[in-house]
Amino acid sequence: MNLSKPQGVKFLSKWWFGLSVMLWFVPLTVFCADTVAVEIVYISQKQTLKPALSNLDSIPKDEGLQGALLAIKDNNTTGKFTGHQFKLLEKQWPASSVSDADIHTFIANKSLLVVALDDNALARIKPLAAAQSTLIMDVVSRADHFRQQGCGDHLFHIAPSRAMRADALAQYLLKKRWVKWFLVQGPTNEDKLFSQALKRAAKRFGSTLVAQKTWLHDYDARRTAQEEVSVFTQGVDYDVLVVADEQGLFGEYLSYRTWKPRPVVGTQGLVPTAWHKTHEQWGAVQIQNRFKAQAGRRMTEKDYAAYLAIRSYGEAIIRVGSNEPEKIKAYLLSDQFALQGYKGKPLSFRSWNGQLRQPVLLAAPRAMVATAPIQGFLHPISELDTLGYDQREVDCNE
Amino acid sequence: MSKGIVCCIYLVLLWVPSCVLRTVAAETIYITLEKDNALAVVDPDLGALVATIPIGQRPRGIALSHDQSQLYVATSDDHVIQIIDVKTLAPVGVLPSGDDPETFALHTAAEILFVSNEDDSLVSVVDVNKQQVIHGIGVGVEPEGIAVSPDGQWVVSASETTNMIHWIDAENYNVVDNTLVDPRPRGVAFTADSQYLWVTSELAGTVAILDVKTRQIIKTITLAVPGLNADRNQPVGVLIDPETQWAYVAMGPANRVAVINAKTFVVEDYLLVGERVWNLSFSPDYSRLYCTNGVSNDMSIIDLTRHKVVKSIKVGHFPWGLVVKP
Repeated sequence: MNLSKPQGVKFLSKWWFGLSVMLWFVPLTVFCADTVAVEIVYISQKQTLKPALSNLDSIPKDEGLQGALLAIKDNNTTGKFTGHQFKLLEKQWPASSVSDADIHTFIANKSLLVVALDDNALARIKPLAAAQSTLIMDVVSRADHFRQQGCGDHLFHIAPSRAMRADALAQYLLKKRWVKWFLVQGPTNEDKLFSQALKRAAKRFGSTLVAQKTWLHDYDARRTAQEEVSVFTQGVDYDVLVVADEQGLFGEYLSYRTWKPRPVVGTQGLVPTAWHKTHEQWGAVQIQNRFKAQAGRRMTEKDYAAYLAIRSYGEAIIRVGSNEPEKIKAYLLSDQFALQGYKGKPLSFRSWNGQLRQPVLLAAPRAMVATAPIQGFLHPISELDTLGYDQREVDCNE
Repeated sequence: MSKGIVCCIYLVLLWVPSCVLRTVAAETIYITLEKDNALAVVDPDLGALVATIPIGQRPRGIALSHDQSQLYVATSDDHVIQIIDVKTLAPVGVLPSGDDPETFALHTAAEILFVSNEDDSLVSVVDVNKQQVIHGIGVGVEPEGIAVSPDGQWVVSASETTNMIHWIDAENYNVVDNTLVDPRPRGVAFTADSQYLWVTSELAGTVAILDVKTRQIIKTITLAVPGLNADRNQPVGVLIDPETQWAYVAMGPANRVAVINAKTFVVEDYLLVGERVWNLSFSPDYSRLYCTNGVSNDMSIIDLTRHKVVKSIKVGHFPWGLVVKP
């Protein structure tokens, strides 16, 4: 009685040819006399590869870009009905020292940018773009300082900040009553920042840091992790090992090697993330499929952010019927803006710091575990604002 | 003694409506179970699940043929529409449907299905008798809600990511017009006189009423369940009764069905049903409304004479679509 998948596929391919032939005769639309061209600039940066723990997961070269391309495609499907033609212009951030003049020519006369840049480059481009009323969608940075102080007037952040990620995790751990945390942080500056976010989250949601240690890499952990981790985690009474290792230099060593049988969460183990390959609720399976068909691989968090950035521009331009950055900005920050992000809630921007409001997924390597905000964490305006810096905690001047 | 009489009257009063319900309805509800790969058969009079039939991968959209002898069920992950004999509940055929069929609508006169193919931004036109896809209509990104106007003139398709209603001429399958609506349009339903189209927008928490003549929005209703944060109000399925007196909107994770006065556009009530209420169907005599509750794995029965939820019935994992056979 069940029709097996191969049969279904056979059926499909049989009809597909006929269907595609017929499609040639279908008028796509009956109007659209004038087409408005919209150019969006995608600026990426060559990544310095980290010393990976294993070579199992290759880092795709087009990470981010494929998400941007899918969004352009989606915008254009809509655009054919509204008379908009979206185009992506790719640019590469100069590798070494770059002058302000360079950046000026770089963004010359471009009003809509999507940037996949590190925090230093973002800090450089931010004031110069603002001076020209150029809008920037940052799709990479997790830095809280961009959201908490010195937010850019024309700067939007798509990826969840470190604070949002830490809060998502803390809500879940509180729900599980795993409130005694043993924090392990790496030696890098990023690890320090994430561990600060974790401490803030622990305090906000009532968990306790019973121990905190730094993993120093001063021995060859590849050979001795089995022994080192046991000793490293000995003598502490805790519920959960919370790890801050953004580069993934040692975090994977921790699971199953601790002195006590305890779960690992944070940057490894159970991770808070904007997107995950196992996420399929709320229509997510559709975009996962469309992405895979286009890119030949799974969608990553960076692809997802680039997708949302360009979809946001697309939505705003079609709704306000204008390309002017100021009008687009006003719409993006208004209550009318509601973006489909395949996470069960409408996404919007926090007017006070340009951060995209969104649920944060809590995922194990091969399973979705929960979606934050966790039910029961309440907020007078939007439960999504229980994650990250709320309006009253932000020093940005509007 | 008077206590005894009151008690007796009370018991009789309790018993009478259930007795009436038993005699009035003689219908069967068929529900697709997305996660069980099965079809649930429910007898609403008994208030019980009477059978569960394996049907194919990820069944979602469901409709009854004009002669009511066959069920059409979209099994999305098999990329086909199954034909099921209503009497024997056995599969009797398979229709091509294009990729990943989710929802579809039956033409009001002909045995033709209009199928939303979400992954391909396409509406496929399927001739049931020829068992062929006879046309493909390019629409916006992720088409979902689809309906044929009762007068047979229009097919409307709602594209979730493009946020548009596409107006398709049911004769020649051309897209004639497009109306931009609030974010993530899901459900679409015409009034019985084909004059108005109701559209739910999941992310905006709104219902728009469009004038079919001008294809413009004439009214937008914002749904707001008291005490619930706005982003939980996510309307999906919508139905309007034949007199255009009442409209009913399934509100997804708000776990309620909104009761809207279709003349004044005032929301009169929010009825608490199961979790993530999804699709709606009237009983043939319009005295009851049935809804599928995706997350709580049950369906609810709403008595429309009183606008009260009278029963919920466990049906299986992720009940999605439903159809009622008299």
